[in-house]
Amino acid sequence: MTTSTLLILSLVIPLIGGVLLSLQSNPNTRDTISLVTATLLFLVVLCIYPSVLSGSNEAFVLAEPIAGLAFSLKAEPLGLLFATIASGLWILTTIYGMGYMRGNKESHQTRFFLCFALSIAGAMGIAFAGNLITLFVFYEMLTIATYPLVTHKGNEDARRGGRVYLGILMFTSIGFLLFATLWTYNLTGTLDFKPGGILEGYATPTTALILLTLFAFGTGKAALMPFHRWLPAAMVAPTPVSALLHAVAVVKAGVFTVLKITLYIFGTDFIAETGAGTIILWVAAFTLTAASFIALTKDNLKARLAYSTVGQLSYVIVGAMLANAAGIAGAAMQIAMHAMGKITLFFCAGAIYVATHKTLISQLDGLGHRMPFTFAAFFIGSVSIIGLPPMGGAWSKWFLLMGAADAQQWILIGLLLLSSLLNIAYLMPIVGRGFFRPLPAEDAAQTPAGTIQEAPMNCVVPLCITAAGCVVLFFYGGVIYDYLLPILQTSELAGTNSE
Amino acid sequence: MIEAQLPAIVLLLTLLAAPLCSMLHNGDDAWKLAMFAVWLSVASAIGLMMQVWNGGTISYQMGGWPPPWGIEVVIDELTALVLVLITGFGALVISALRESLRTAMRSHRHSLYYACFLLCMAALIGITITGDAFNVFVFLEISSLSTYALIARGRDRRALVAAFRYLIMSTIGATFILIAIGFMYMVTGTLNMADLAQRLPQHTDNRIVQASFAFFTVGIAIKAAMFPLHYWLPGAYTYAPKATTAFLAATATKVALYVMIRFVFDVYGVEFSFNQMRLDLILIPLSIAGILYGALTAVFQSDVKKLLAWSSVSQLGYMMLGIGLLNTNGLTASITHMFNHAMIKAGLFLALAAMIYRVGTSQLRDLAGIGRTMPLTTAAFVILGAGLVGVPLTAGFISKWYLITAALDKGWLPLAVLLIISSLMALAYVAKIIDVAYFKPVPDNHQNVRDIPVSILIPVWTFALLTIYFGIDARMTADLAERVAQTLLSVAS
Repeated sequence: MTTSTLLILSLVIPLIGGVLLSLQSNPNTRDTISLVTATLLFLVVLCIYPSVLSGSNEAFVLAEPIAGLAFSLKAEPLGLLFATIASGLWILTTIYGMGYMRGNKESHQTRFFLCFALSIAGAMGIAFAGNLITLFVFYEMLTIATYPLVTHKGNEDARRGGRVYLGILMFTSIGFLLFATLWTYNLTGTLDFKPGGILEGYATPTTALILLTLFAFGTGKAALMPFHRWLPAAMVAPTPVSALLHAVAVVKAGVFTVLKITLYIFGTDFIAETGAGTIILWVAAFTLTAASFIALTKDNLKARLAYSTVGQLSYVIVGAMLANAAGIAGAAMQIAMHAMGKITLFFCAGAIYVATHKTLISQLDGLGHRMPFTFAAFFIGSVSIIGLPPMGGAWSKWFLLMGAADAQQWILIGLLLLSSLLNIAYLMPIVGRGFFRPLPAEDAAQTPAGTIQEAPMNCVVPLCITAAGCVVLFFYGGVIYDYLLPILQTSELAGTNSE
Repeated sequence: MIEAQLPAIVLLLTLLAAPLCSMLHNGDDAWKLAMFAVWLSVASAIGLMMQVWNGGTISYQMGGWPPPWGIEVVIDELTALVLVLITGFGALVISALRESLRTAMRSHRHSLYYACFLLCMAALIGITITGDAFNVFVFLEISSLSTYALIARGRDRRALVAAFRYLIMSTIGATFILIAIGFMYMVTGTLNMADLAQRLPQHTDNRIVQASFAFFTVGIAIKAAMFPLHYWLPGAYTYAPKATTAFLAATATKVALYVMIRFVFDVYGVEFSFNQMRLDLILIPLSIAGILYGALTAVFQSDVKKLLAWSSVSQLGYMMLGIGLLNTNGLTASITHMFNHAMIKAGLFLALAAMIYRVGTSQLRDLAGIGRTMPLTTAAFVILGAGLVGVPLTAGFISKWYLITAALDKGWLPLAVLLIISSLMALAYVAKIIDVAYFKPVPDNHQNVRDIPVSILIPVWTFALLTIYFGIDARMTADLAERVAQTLLSVAS
């Protein structure tokens, strides 16, 4: 099969799967279809690797309504990495979602899985978009497809959350992202993603500064402050959706978009020369510090994790704005590492909810003995998020610090280290409560000590897998780095050419 | 043989079917006749489009009398596009009309209604194809009178006021245009548009020609509902009988806009209109004000019909703005949006008419939960709404893209920002409807509301699918518009 067929398949499979499962009335058949679709998609994505590794990057044009403005797909290393993460974690989220939705007896499960499939199609489109306008279309598709998921509960709370979600994401994307896209097109006459960027020679440093700022704020999914409010607001959604939002697709799509624009629209050298990233660099630095502080104050487990996500996303932005090889490597790795870590944490939060219906951190005392697997996984995920070996998260933080050092941003290094400390401060007490505090008296009275009351298997197995994944990623950090080398080298090669 | 006569046929089909319809007493027979005539004229319009594709021009002499004595029919690409717009969208509306009228008025009136409808359509076709300035006026009057009758047939008493208001405004507009044409005739001694175009440049300093330009601009601006002369539009759209609004919204203002482009660029000439009379200085500020004012008013409407009508005021501003910007992208945007907006708005009004058909009113609160009771209609409404906002992969995106590019071509960043803001407003008023339709509970008395009969559903979905089609394949709209724009702009410069 040619690459273009595979690319089309990666879009079509989730769509067809979604349609098929929505026609099923039997929940078992429906969930089987979900799972088969997810697995197929993952395999298709894996099949794209050979052609990307061999360095071919032909664009495949779907339609061209305006001359020079095509809807096209293209496979390149970064997008493929994102697609792998999204499709791989989709399998786990599907298994987990089946357990969670049934465990909680949620309504409208068919709509739930249909929208889930559509969201993944959107994410695949973002990953393989060949130019900015295609990316924009799929970006909006993802926003719209996730909206029914966020408002799934259908009560007033969910609707309010949904309005904030849709409002902020739509406002930023149309107000800033589309505008910046149009502006770019007007300056350069093209929107194709090209290694080394397309803006060089067309934009003055001031224009580049404004454009990059517009792009970064316009990508509302990257949750830069002050446009981060949608992420905590979306916490009203069921936990598998939170996993989808935080790890699999939505926020990752956001930072991935910023990274892709940095690399292929601006080019790292152009950013380094013009200082176009200055504003966003410091906005991101502020966001990652402030979000960690806010996370400390949250007692609701999911809200704390949400603010943790806001902070962790800004690491990616920081890496992109540093615009050097180490920074970009750190940013790309952070996408993968944070996905694995955060999905573990959300799976755990959901498992706790399914098993005990507890949502506040202050209620978690002593639960670690009841739910040892869940809490162990939570510990591993936390360590990875904090960025300590032997978890995958260590690598991304390491490269980001290197990048900051290369750029001689000493204040930034200080902030990154401070943020890591804060990560410890808001994540570790959760695990500590679970293992080292005694169970509240009335709970302990109900069941004898030492009984294990985990969530359903469908919930526990995926979270163990992702926790293991965090460890495995640590040992494969070098592999990912080698895989990313072509992108990093392109920027350096372009740099030597321009000098 | 028959190809050569198409310019006459496309007009005569509807013009002759109209009186025949009025003679039939059975409404169903009249509908069948109207359908036959209208769909044949769609075929002729498409035939003409194929003849002039890629820049050809047909000049046809009515009755064999050569111009400037006889009446000349001139068809170029722009004409063909507007013809397809009028006949195609009119035909789709008329296909849905039979079912829609059944509840709206007693059956013995149907045949007269179809007659008015056909007459209005014939008049619009006449305006479009004629190469004779006086003829434009004659057909404008016919279209106004028939439109007046169409609006006044609304069930609501307020329809009479709206129709009267329309009649007054439209008569003033037509009178101004007549004065303008008279002045031109005074100076040049001809009514043939091609002749006028040749002779007027010698008289550009003549006060009479300048006055004629002023009269013409104001007159056509009323017809095209250009802000602040849009006064008649919201009422007329709101109180006209359901499906009629779809036809009016699609065609009437668009044809006025077409006449404006024809006269401003071809008859008066770009040099005179823009460099001497500075039409752009009027068009640009007024259209921007119209875009923002219309959109803002639309956001705060509680009646969906009114909301869509105000959105039309805003969207017409886009088309005016494109003309005022006076560059290829701007004019392309205007012409493309003329077509795209006609399609989108006709579809929206038709879908809304379908909802009113079941629910009875167009108040926002009565449409609660309609996404669940009428899923197919509402889905089409959402697609068309996306087109109105300008979501990529819909037709609306193409025209907005050109318009914003045109603003950036001029280096007017703030204007581009304003256009984006207006899109966000459009998003706000469309989202308002979608929010009510899908996320509000179905009221108890609407539990038995079902989707509409297929005969309305098919036209509605045709509009929706066309909106997507022209968002992906813009050869017939944007590419053609771009060629036309280049020709129009290069004539003088």
